[in-house]
Amino acid sequence: MSVIAVDGHAFRRVESGAVHDAAQNEVFGEVAAQSRPRPEPAAPLLKVQGLRVQLAGGADVVSDVSFEVAAGRIIGLVGESGSGKTTVASALLGHVRHGARIVEGRIEVAGTDLLSLDEDALRTVRGRVVAHVAQDPATTLNPLLRIGTHMHEVLEVHAPALDRAAREARILDVFADVGLPAEAAFLKRFPHQLSGGQQQRVLLAQAFVLKPRLIVLDEPTTALDVSTQARVLATIRRLCSQHGVAAVYVSHDLAVVRELVDDVIVLYAGRIAEAAPLATLFDAPAHPYSQGLLAAIPDVAERRALQPIPGQAPAPGTRPAGCAFAPRCPLADARCGSEQPALSHLHGGQQAACLKLEAGPAFRIEAAASARRPAAEADGPPLLEVAQIDAWYGSRQVLHNVALRLGAGECVAVVGESGSGKTTLARALAGLGEHAAGSVLYRGQSLSLHARERTADVRHQIQYIFQNPYRALNPRHRVGETLTAAVRHFFGVDRAEARRRAEAVMARVSLQPGLLDAYPRELSGGERQRVAIARALVCEPQLLICDEITSALDVSVQATILALLRELQAGGLSILFVTHDLGVVRALADRVVVLREGRVVEHGAVDDVLDHPFNRYTKQLVEHSPSLIDAAHRPPREDRVIRYSI
Amino acid sequence: MSAHVSSLRAVLSARQVRFGLVLTLAVVGFALFGPLFAPHAPTDLVGITYGRPTAGAPLGYDYIGHDVWSRVLAGGVSVVWMSLASAAIALAAGTALGLLAAFARRRVDQAIVWFTDVFMAFPDLILVLLIVSMLGRDHWIIVLTVAVAFAPGVVRLSRGIALGVVNQEFVEAAEMMGYPRSRILFREILPSILTPLLVHLGIMLTWAVGMLSGLAFLGYGVAPPAADWGLMINENRAGLLIQPAAVFGPVLLIALFALGTNLLAEGVGRVTSRIEERRS
Repeated sequence: MSVIAVDGHAFRRVESGAVHDAAQNEVFGEVAAQSRPRPEPAAPLLKVQGLRVQLAGGADVVSDVSFEVAAGRIIGLVGESGSGKTTVASALLGHVRHGARIVEGRIEVAGTDLLSLDEDALRTVRGRVVAHVAQDPATTLNPLLRIGTHMHEVLEVHAPALDRAAREARILDVFADVGLPAEAAFLKRFPHQLSGGQQQRVLLAQAFVLKPRLIVLDEPTTALDVSTQARVLATIRRLCSQHGVAAVYVSHDLAVVRELVDDVIVLYAGRIAEAAPLATLFDAPAHPYSQGLLAAIPDVAERRALQPIPGQAPAPGTRPAGCAFAPRCPLADARCGSEQPALSHLHGGQQAACLKLEAGPAFRIEAAASARRPAAEADGPPLLEVAQIDAWYGSRQVLHNVALRLGAGECVAVVGESGSGKTTLARALAGLGEHAAGSVLYRGQSLSLHARERTADVRHQIQYIFQNPYRALNPRHRVGETLTAAVRHFFGVDRAEARRRAEAVMARVSLQPGLLDAYPRELSGGERQRVAIARALVCEPQLLICDEITSALDVSVQATILALLRELQAGGLSILFVTHDLGVVRALADRVVVLREGRVVEHGAVDDVLDHPFNRYTKQLVEHSPSLIDAAHRPPREDRVIRYSI
Repeated sequence: MSAHVSSLRAVLSARQVRFGLVLTLAVVGFALFGPLFAPHAPTDLVGITYGRPTAGAPLGYDYIGHDVWSRVLAGGVSVVWMSLASAAIALAAGTALGLLAAFARRRVDQAIVWFTDVFMAFPDLILVLLIVSMLGRDHWIIVLTVAVAFAPGVVRLSRGIALGVVNQEFVEAAEMMGYPRSRILFREILPSILTPLLVHLGIMLTWAVGMLSGLAFLGYGVAPPAADWGLMINENRAGLLIQPAAVFGPVLLIALFALGTNLLAEGVGRVTSRIEERRS
């Protein structure tokens, strides 16, 4: 919590100014360039053939993965957690994580067979021929080393012939290239003095400074806000085409991939489910899994009836015989359960591994009815009325006079980037506001910002669900104990009745009653979040405060959680939903409140705000949110820029 | 239950743990049931001073003619129960204070930390000697003072681990639900920090054995003529060259007990940290 607030501060301090504007221009320039035809692929620079990676126990993490990438092109490797995408990515550097090994296959980069090299030879190839950009710059950069030291180290190892001045010149060159200030003073900074976007650019600079032929990017933008993400993606695209570098971009997020890559490979359970050029995949996905993924992603541009993919992806070692997707596939028949489908070539470079390709789409994207119009003000007093809340982090104010209303049965989304104070707001309303003050009315009664000062009656009516399902449940308590403890605490019922209510609530969140005897570690992320929701529901709440509750989950799981929330809302529950994802807002909320730097900058009905954002900041958020809807179907960006700059 | 059983099985499958457990149980069994098999009462004068081992007295006779074998059999009970009791009391008191400090923060935390720091500034043995020489050498006073000497270490350890747990969301959730504070401390937080504390209990057992026998050796522990392993070492050291068995018998048993508890504690710690690593 505190860390987020500090980050936000740093973000504002350094990302404003010249760098910000330069990067901003780059986005709009690149968007225009996106529609230009790309050069035809030359001879492949990267060739992967029949890659198979095994765990020590003999289970396959990755099987039969083959693909090629030409110089200057970007391929997207997409899959949910456990699909083997990161394993494939690190195999491209000749590396596997501890306990796994490459048992079969061939990886050829610029004519060199990586897997035939010894450790020493590999070390020279890594960095110089194949570079890697890691997911989280905050953990990749050594907090005790200056930015300059990070950069010099790379060159000292891989280009020992250069003297210090030559190295510095090259570093400043590449900094200019990746959109960082090319100044000696900047090299003296420590990682914590940089914003998240700048840190990620430093990693990009580390990768590009050696002018590699292939670059492997492992979810490099997941830790970034949407606007920063959009700018970093634009930089990656420009660098790859400028230097003729082939890139493999690993992501769980199809919407991000759409903004960047030329071709997409969809991985499922360690195998390629589908490989296709970008446009083909999004317009005519062939594999049921790709169709399911596309139908499960909430989109900022239109409200959809999200279709969850039932079940969950199998972990290595528990993958079924035959098609791994068969247990979750609505088209599957007996043959799918026994026969492993091979990749078959369709037209236009599309390949898919499915036995039921002709059976028609398994999942279809369906637009849903528009959001409910918020009830008229005359409907009586709102459930929750925040007249004003202020909150401080140390001496810095993180919430300024925030006000909002939440009617009974309504879902209001609170949106903002990291550091906007949205979590602080949610926590204050939940009764965890340590340094918050303000006046809040709940059912017309004044509501304390400290849970202990509330009556038990109010405490059970307002429930809070945490972002991270892995930390929200006590690892030493069985699910049943977590639920019954809450029931007994609030309602003083006996053991048997508490157990009965726990079983009932498990059914409401679609979990097997048998899981009551499980420990949280035995559950998947989605199941844990359901248990967390069940713990809230068993308290019979009127108001559910959800803090980014789907951000740690895979998209197909996210869709099931969102569907559950919609159902609960239809049952009369009011929801305050905090998120940074405008797609989720569109899918779920009735009204939206946009926070920026602790102030409400815009609020209104979801469709109004997202279709016609009024505030400049909101507009920027909407534009930078990755969308699966074709740019042609969205209002043209230039038009909106002009309209709002008047 | 299954998770508990499987962890237990994993812990027991480690060789070090099994060895430590067998050794500890053997010494404890020897101490508890030994008195039943003693041929003489520990205070009976049955031989000559420093008499050599004979058929009836396998370890010979001590400085005033007690049967050493009988005294070895009888002299373990005090060491075992006193070390177990002092380690357990130190664990209970120290954990309660450490948890409280971590959870309450601010003033309470500062006060507790300050007190433990003051106590830790005294060397353990000196502290115990001081208290025992002032208050007397009753068994329960010795147990309590040893516990007092060990408790600050437990406070620091439990506070340190608990600090990482009290900020976890599941504790905040409990706080938000308005669960009683005692439930939050002992039902939500305590189970999460129990493993390292149990390991520490084993290590404290080892220390307690050493400290109790050291006290007895210095003449501040169990009072003669009662039998006690530590005391026996002191009583018979003058005759070490003439009758070594009277010293080495109790030395060996103390060493085995310390070794057993130490192996057990360390082994359990090692295995559980491996298990937890795999789970996270």
